[in-house]
Amino acid sequence: MNDSQRFTATSFTRAKETREKWVKFLMFVVTLLMAMPVILLISYLINKALPVLSLEFITDIPRNQMSAGGIWPAVLGTIYLVTLSLLVAAPVGVMAGVYLNEYAKDNWLTRLISLAVINLAGVPSIVHALFGLGAFVLFAGLGESVIAASLTLAVMTMPVVITSTREALSAVPMSFREASWNMGVSRWQTIRGVVLPNSVSGILTGVILEVSRAAGETAPIMITGVTASLTFKQGESVYYLLGEKFMALSYHLYYFSTQWTPPRLVLDETSGDMVPMTKAAIEHAEAIPYGTAVVLLGVVLLFNSLSISFRYYLRTHRKW
Amino acid sequence: MELKRSKWKAFYEGLIEWIIRICGISAVVFVFSIFIFVFWEGKGLLFSENFSVWELLTSQKWDPTHEPASFGAARIILGTFSVAILAMTIAVPFSLAGAIFISEFCGKRLKETLKIVIELLAAIPSVVWGFIGLTIMSILIRDLGSTTGLSVLNGAIILALMSMPIILSISEDALNAVPDSYREAAIGLGVTRWQMVYRVLLPGAKKGLLAAVLLGMGRVVGETMAVLMATGHALNNPFDTTPPFFHALIEVKTLTATIASEMGEVERGGDHWQVLFLIGILLFTITFIVNLTAHFVVHGVKRK
Repeated sequence: MNDSQRFTATSFTRAKETREKWVKFLMFVVTLLMAMPVILLISYLINKALPVLSLEFITDIPRNQMSAGGIWPAVLGTIYLVTLSLLVAAPVGVMAGVYLNEYAKDNWLTRLISLAVINLAGVPSIVHALFGLGAFVLFAGLGESVIAASLTLAVMTMPVVITSTREALSAVPMSFREASWNMGVSRWQTIRGVVLPNSVSGILTGVILEVSRAAGETAPIMITGVTASLTFKQGESVYYLLGEKFMALSYHLYYFSTQWTPPRLVLDETSGDMVPMTKAAIEHAEAIPYGTAVVLLGVVLLFNSLSISFRYYLRTHRKW
Repeated sequence: MELKRSKWKAFYEGLIEWIIRICGISAVVFVFSIFIFVFWEGKGLLFSENFSVWELLTSQKWDPTHEPASFGAARIILGTFSVAILAMTIAVPFSLAGAIFISEFCGKRLKETLKIVIELLAAIPSVVWGFIGLTIMSILIRDLGSTTGLSVLNGAIILALMSMPIILSISEDALNAVPDSYREAAIGLGVTRWQMVYRVLLPGAKKGLLAAVLLGMGRVVGETMAVLMATGHALNNPFDTTPPFFHALIEVKTLTATIASEMGEVERGGDHWQVLFLIGILLFTITFIVNLTAHFVVHGVKRK
């Protein structure tokens, strides 16, 4: 500190500054302690997954009672889930954000909606699952299916879209709207022509975050339609019908790490006989859940980094 | 001369406004319908004669498949809170210290980097956390004397790691919300940064920090996959009337994990099925109260 050079340091000042240094150091260590274990854990996961990690692992179907091959059906199921839930959550969420920021007056209804958004975000994922089971699977008669699971996810992830849309819209200066209104442009035309174009990247960050959330969730799809035991034939193209059960990455990881046991006998592809698994085959099978975890983690972190860089770009390139 | 909008345009405008309005209200509709649908599926049992809410909350006998079935979720509730409270005990000091460091003690560069790292950590899916608990953490905990390694402690550590980024970022927001003039006034009096944090910022951000802890608690109680995989999911009571009063290395069941694991196996519409929905209502109520309290702690009961 500069003042200690200008004044004679008393023992009190010295004690004060030593304590300051120690506290700063301690806080730094604690912060590091928080991030370090996670980084260690993730590198451990990647290390364990190395035997199976390859492009083929992602594009291949599971073979030999799931003890070999890849995870393509699960990846595809996750793509279905994310796309379908996005188709519902993005329009409704953005519109809700537009309502809250552009139309809503400061009255009890608006406060009720804000409270509802906060609570919707806080409802446990398994309760969302129960809701999906009651509302979409049974009441709407969709059965346990991709579409029921996607709708459940859409309801669950909507607060993410609403909140970020609202934030993006409120960042557009009021003067932009006033200028537009003064030209005689109507409310909706102003929103479409002025407000939305100026906030589209902000809205996108929320939508990308929604994708990342939807891809990682397990509990809401667990009782609304996901399954792990679909079998696919070699060479057949994999697809799901909207009313069918499906596989997903997150559930695949859960199933593989808790319920799956390696088969005693597997098909030997060269001779066509059933043979016990070789040591290498067992090692491969054991690495599959690690591989799945790494792929899932990769997808989620990729979308999150995208969202973060979008926001970073926005902050540095803002025009007003 | 009169300027006229075409009728079609006016209709279109009105239509769009209505659609936007309906979407705006949808969040309220969803929250209500979550409650109604979950309640609807469980109501048959709730109002039947051989069931009492008191028994569900206080009885330790959870035997839903036995005939006659007994639905006492006390051990499950105790399991839930033992994991949650232990997790918060680990997470809160770490995240508060982290928030103070990020907001007050580090340079701009480091601050940006750490915030991005924290955000990425918050994005790790709970099933991956559960997998880490199941594979890596369980090996580490086995050394402490637990046979499977799946335990209250395992679940709590995993939940703590999961909730730290959330508690940290909300706490950091709360610290940021303290006006800079407070800081300037303190520094002007010649105090060190730590004295300023301790005497000015923490009291000033008290409400926001409390809300951060509450929201973290809500997340921890509602977390499903991670606890399902890391706590071992066996019906035990971690509390004891004789020393050591609390068993951290015991396997427990939690409310969320019970629903997740038993829902797939029960007969649709049966008593067991309905009691799982009632547990869902219980969870919904707990998190609802926690979130509402956190909101009102920050914003006050009246309008802001």
